[in-house]
Amino acid sequence: MSAHHENINYFKASKGFLNWLVTVDHKRIGLMYLASILFFFIAGGTYAFLFRMELWSPLEGFMTPDTYNHLFTMHGVIMVFLVVVPGIPGALGNFLLPIQLGAKDLAFPKLNITSLYLYWIGAILALFSLTQGRADSGWTFYAPYSLSQNPAVLWMLTAAFILGFSSILTGVNFIVTIHKMRAPGMTWFRLPLFVWALYATGIMQVFATPVLGITLALLLIENFFRIGIFDPSLGGDPLMMQHFFWFYSHPAVYIIVVPAFGVVSELIATFSRKDIFGYKFIAFSSVAITIIGFLVWGHHMFVAGQSDVAVTIFSFLTFFTAVPSAIKVFNWTTTLYQGSIKLTTPMLYALQFLFNFTIGGLTGIILGILSVDIHLHDTYFVVSHFHYVAMGSTMIAFIGGIYYWWPKMTGRMFNELWGKIGAVLVFVGFNLTFFVQLIMGSQGSPRRYYNYLAEYQIFHQLSTIGIVILAVGLFTALFNLLISLKNGAIAPQNPWGARTLEWTHAETPPVLYNFTETPVVTEGPYEYPVEKA
Amino acid sequence: METTKTFWLPEQASTFAGMVDWAFNLYYWISLFFFVLVVGLITAFVLKYKRKREDQMASGQMIHNTMLETSWTVIPLLIVMALFFIGMRGWWHMRIAPSNAKAIDVVGMKWNWTFNYPQGFSNDTLVVPVHQPVRLRVTSTDVIHGFYVPAFRTKVDVVPGRYQALWFEATKTGVFPVLCTQYCGTSHSYMLSAVKVLEKDEYEAWLSEAAAASGGDMPLDQFGATVYTKRGCNACHSVDGAAGIGPTWKGLWGKTHPLASGENVTVDEAYIKQSVLDPASQIVAGFAPIMPSYKGILSDREIEAITAYIQTLK
Repeated sequence: MSAHHENINYFKASKGFLNWLVTVDHKRIGLMYLASILFFFIAGGTYAFLFRMELWSPLEGFMTPDTYNHLFTMHGVIMVFLVVVPGIPGALGNFLLPIQLGAKDLAFPKLNITSLYLYWIGAILALFSLTQGRADSGWTFYAPYSLSQNPAVLWMLTAAFILGFSSILTGVNFIVTIHKMRAPGMTWFRLPLFVWALYATGIMQVFATPVLGITLALLLIENFFRIGIFDPSLGGDPLMMQHFFWFYSHPAVYIIVVPAFGVVSELIATFSRKDIFGYKFIAFSSVAITIIGFLVWGHHMFVAGQSDVAVTIFSFLTFFTAVPSAIKVFNWTTTLYQGSIKLTTPMLYALQFLFNFTIGGLTGIILGILSVDIHLHDTYFVVSHFHYVAMGSTMIAFIGGIYYWWPKMTGRMFNELWGKIGAVLVFVGFNLTFFVQLIMGSQGSPRRYYNYLAEYQIFHQLSTIGIVILAVGLFTALFNLLISLKNGAIAPQNPWGARTLEWTHAETPPVLYNFTETPVVTEGPYEYPVEKA
Repeated sequence: METTKTFWLPEQASTFAGMVDWAFNLYYWISLFFFVLVVGLITAFVLKYKRKREDQMASGQMIHNTMLETSWTVIPLLIVMALFFIGMRGWWHMRIAPSNAKAIDVVGMKWNWTFNYPQGFSNDTLVVPVHQPVRLRVTSTDVIHGFYVPAFRTKVDVVPGRYQALWFEATKTGVFPVLCTQYCGTSHSYMLSAVKVLEKDEYEAWLSEAAAASGGDMPLDQFGATVYTKRGCNACHSVDGAAGIGPTWKGLWGKTHPLASGENVTVDEAYIKQSVLDPASQIVAGFAPIMPSYKGILSDREIEAITAYIQTLK
């Protein structure tokens, strides 16, 4: 890029479809991730919508059990590997991280576009699997069920394998960028909390994801060569597959939710016009969760057949992950105290995050209580818990972040009234869909069930009504944003009055290399003045 | 003692249920307290500190409070440690069967449960006496399943190639659902059974009758009809002509049908026996090759009985 482009906004810096496809500009890459992730969120959500319609009645409706099993598998694989794992880091992290640091781009821009290409290749392979049969193993691919050489499952395993590399490379890129490319004066404790969150996430991506890759590779090898790694009829150990799988997949849930914690810190600080209570604790707790999160994978396998000693240790350690998360919630709540609070659309998402994450966290803790977990394991209670944290917390924070940074990314303001309407519908729809599943689960209804006992029908019907409301809310939120691209007011540089570098020093939308001159940082990210008495 | 269904929990029918429910309810109240506290404070702050002027700043700058931060670290830590101990003690109690527990073997397969009694017969429901510890030794012949009795508050995964154990003591008579909790394919959600808890004398009566019925007294084809249901053939094969995962048995005897390999075969004793012991060698055209082998599971007598039963299904 030649020098005279530096003061042109990044949309205009080069034209044409091809220039987007081969860009190394983190902002364009972030937007392409955003578009891809929203596409797959709609696809994964549609799968869920369809099977929730089937679940209106326990009798066979408009799909067979095999179709149902395929739909929940696709829903899980798409939502985990193509939406919530890459989501916030890929879309918002890519766009914001360099700007929040005062840098021109990430440390490795070409590696960044490579991550996006790997995401697209993995996505295409996942879609291709639909032409090869019906993957029906669940997103967890447990052996021996996943060893039936179902071609669609094999393509899915390959897709997830490739997506893992996208994640690892993004993690490497973010870690190096945060270490090496902070603007002058940007000390570690002046970093926005979103950056701390992305840092912790990067560490987890780099250390955990390779284990997923190995697990998927071993499943592929076992399928093709029938060696006897996991297949007991060949002398293999099915439990070992679960250990391998969850060793990644537990840190994965923190890869999923920790970036959301980062977004929420930004939203609450900005819309309370106040410094975050307990900044250092929130920063360090993300790192603590990262470390402890590698030690608790066995809680996904309490009834699987581990030794009682292993189970006891995993339960003990699991409770330690709860305390840092609880303290974060208390810190965010206390930040509101004496703040100057504005209930904008992004703030409505931040507040519903606090509501949903409290429920998600509390329902997780009970699952750590061994004697109670025996009853709740593999029931709808677990399904509800993880939707409260993966959807009700992570996706809600993601949407809040998209709304918050929308003016910065696109140069347009969205319609505030419709934004609020969408946020309220999402809140009501989400909680109706998933709260009743807690009750259904504790009453004894297992998960992944096409057929169910008649006594659970009322819960299923309420849940199905909930997803309709949720879908209306989500589409309202989406169309509001899309319409703003044409009809929205031109956004000022800092419509929210925030104090992080993307708002104070970068234009709206940013210029090609983010800043016309390198910012010098002299204060923390949330040092708002106080009301004079 | 509370034994009926409550808002959150099913009826209690085992000695564990009271203990598990006590822990659940204790935790429920603790979480309700923290939920109301957090949501209440958020609501209160949002209402009280609502921005009134566009340029209004915060009225305070509290970013530390040692007393608050210490208490909300220490108190949750103490609570979760207490929860850990409660859960751990409950777990070890629920995992170690008493020495007087009666043993019954359970086999899970796609998609039915078989309960093998030490007296030498099998059943498709788990019949047990009340107030008697029972220890189940569970295994699978194909993929991982899960054995769950909500009313007893107990479950365990059922893994091929190994044995897992689960024990319980029923506290009241009745019929309590058994559900599969580890996804296992097409009919995962139809893999239902039940625990039938009888008074001790009724149980003894049932036991001797069941042991006898597995032996010589019943006519062979009638025995075959009971094998059809008790050993789960009905999960995939109908007897009335209805289409299913496997071919219907109605009109099967003496029929000639094409195999997937292209050859034609006539249904006779040899064909049926081979289909039971090595089904993969003779897949009927148009059906999925998923029937498991019953080698070592069905006795020769049971296979003869099925053969006799099929002959009656015109």
